[in-house]
Amino acid sequence: MTSRIKFAIILAGSVSLAACQSGAPDQLPPEPGVSQPDTGGDYTSGPREGTQEHFVDAVNGQNVIYFDTDRYNIDTADAAALQTQAQYMARYPNVTVTIEGHADERGTREYNLALGERRANSAKNYLVSLGVAANRIRTVSYGEERPVATASTPSAWAQNRRAVTVVID
Amino acid sequence: MTIRSMLSLALAALLAGMPSALFAQNEDLGAAPPVGGEVETVEMPDSAADDEGGLTGSVSFEGSLDNLAMAIPAFAAERDVATAANARGTAALGAELARVVTADLQNNGLFDPTGPDALPRPTYPQITDPVWGMWSMRGAEMLVQGYVRPRADGKLVVGCYLYDVALQDELVRSGWVVPPSDWRRAAHKCADLIYSRLTGESPFFDSRIAYIAETGPKDNRTKRLAIMDSDGANHRFITTGRATALTPRYSPDYRKLMYLSYVDGNPRIYIYDIGTGRQTLVTESANPTFAPRWSPDGRWVLYSMAVNGNTDIYRVSASGGASERLTTAPGIDVGGSYSPDGSRIVFESDRSGEQQIYMMNADGSNQRRITFFGGRAATPEWSPRGDQIAFTYIPGDFNIATMSPEGRNFRKLTDGWQDEAPTWAPNGRVLQFFRTERNTGRTAIYQVDLTGENLRRLPTPVDASDPAWGPILP
Repeated sequence: MTSRIKFAIILAGSVSLAACQSGAPDQLPPEPGVSQPDTGGDYTSGPREGTQEHFVDAVNGQNVIYFDTDRYNIDTADAAALQTQAQYMARYPNVTVTIEGHADERGTREYNLALGERRANSAKNYLVSLGVAANRIRTVSYGEERPVATASTPSAWAQNRRAVTVVID
Repeated sequence: MTIRSMLSLALAALLAGMPSALFAQNEDLGAAPPVGGEVETVEMPDSAADDEGGLTGSVSFEGSLDNLAMAIPAFAAERDVATAANARGTAALGAELARVVTADLQNNGLFDPTGPDALPRPTYPQITDPVWGMWSMRGAEMLVQGYVRPRADGKLVVGCYLYDVALQDELVRSGWVVPPSDWRRAAHKCADLIYSRLTGESPFFDSRIAYIAETGPKDNRTKRLAIMDSDGANHRFITTGRATALTPRYSPDYRKLMYLSYVDGNPRIYIYDIGTGRQTLVTESANPTFAPRWSPDGRWVLYSMAVNGNTDIYRVSASGGASERLTTAPGIDVGGSYSPDGSRIVFESDRSGEQQIYMMNADGSNQRRITFFGGRAATPEWSPRGDQIAFTYIPGDFNIATMSPEGRNFRKLTDGWQDEAPTWAPNGRVLQFFRTERNTGRTAIYQVDLTGENLRRLPTPVDASDPAWGPILP
């Protein structure tokens, strides 16, 4: 199979998976794996293994999980995403990650720092329960300080209540 | 290259073989602000022993203070001489002093004074001997006069007098010696003197505010630690903006600033010593720390720390040492504000399932919920007077509200879309907080008094959040 076909399959997969995520917001933020600019059209090598790009491609953009207002529990959609992430980490045992916890703007600043930390740890604990060594996962909370969606609407807030897994390069 | 950056480079070379953390944590600091000196209060000649403590029978007017016709002409200069405080000399400085006093009293909302630009200028001898007829012809009921005189050592002596024009009597007077660089403090002292004499409240103008200066788009905001006087003057940025800074708090003696910074990539509380320019971690821990608070006597620090996602409140001596964990409930226990006597702490917890306000003794004992108003309640701040607690009330939108320490006498003071994080003026009669604008995410500091009236936006050079009002300057 050529890389270009493989890319198309990954893309189709991520779209269908996104469509059946129950806890996901109405509008998903652009997925880095899909919107990645074509650097010169040469996909013969693809993203290097163990890079963020490679990781996001491999988990079909499911490196982000979403939370309900003030909640930090792992729902079915989150669990599926984290299983995909755990599989990647099992396949690439040298990969270490940071899980960034985020909150929406409709909270007080300090509480949101604590809430982001709680969300990042929920994701971390779930990965650990799937067999990923705890020392491969760092957490950091950004509270409400780094929104991806900037509107003040329920759908923007849903996109911002998230935990993002980022490969440490 | 500045001396500071040369020193930094030398330090960097020195530390090349050491762990980088020590150096990294200072990377976001800009030039250190000057450390102010103390203002000396001087005995004024012919000082009649005036009773202080608010309006008494000795004042001639009745009714609300903003109907009070108050004239504040330019302060007189004995001679117009050069001063480091004003390039155009002491006469120009005298007018500036009166402008600052006027702005303080005006912006407070309680008074509507007439400033020096619309008034004749008294001569130096007239400061202690007002031209009563002229001021009463102009309709002035209260007259504020003052003078400025350089001392041989270069410092300035500033005198301030409040007169009741109808009674042709002096109500209060005082004087201060300030270095030229601190001339505005003499004006704030004068405004404080008048405010206290006429309202019976404690002073608050001569104080400073630490806050977070914000620039840039909502999804890539630069947040810098900044400081300013209570009227917005003497503004300075403390950090460069390379790392996100949040939630500053001045130490009660104004010698240190405690704040959260992402300078090493993680949220951690640092204590920045203004005099030495050195910065230290509040506690050596790999866990994230946030929500720093001083005890009123400056001897203790409260901070919140998340361990495996669970946030609790800790207490540590300001001089270092072992931390003591004060809360153990599962959930987010965060923030905290001491009673003025240091015996109790009001804090925020979501142990009930949502943010509510709780009370405990300073050792962590006797924890109990005090807010039952419907909606969430967050960021409690105990008034310096001890009688009230200000907090963010969240029935839906975010508002500033007050209550008694028992959780009674609820009063909602603001109606913004997102008003949060109140901080008290040193006298406990005025609050500041920050307001976030819907969609744009723009922020500004607002001030409101305890009646919920006299809401005004503070002028800041850029957007502003997380105000923290310090006590009256030493």
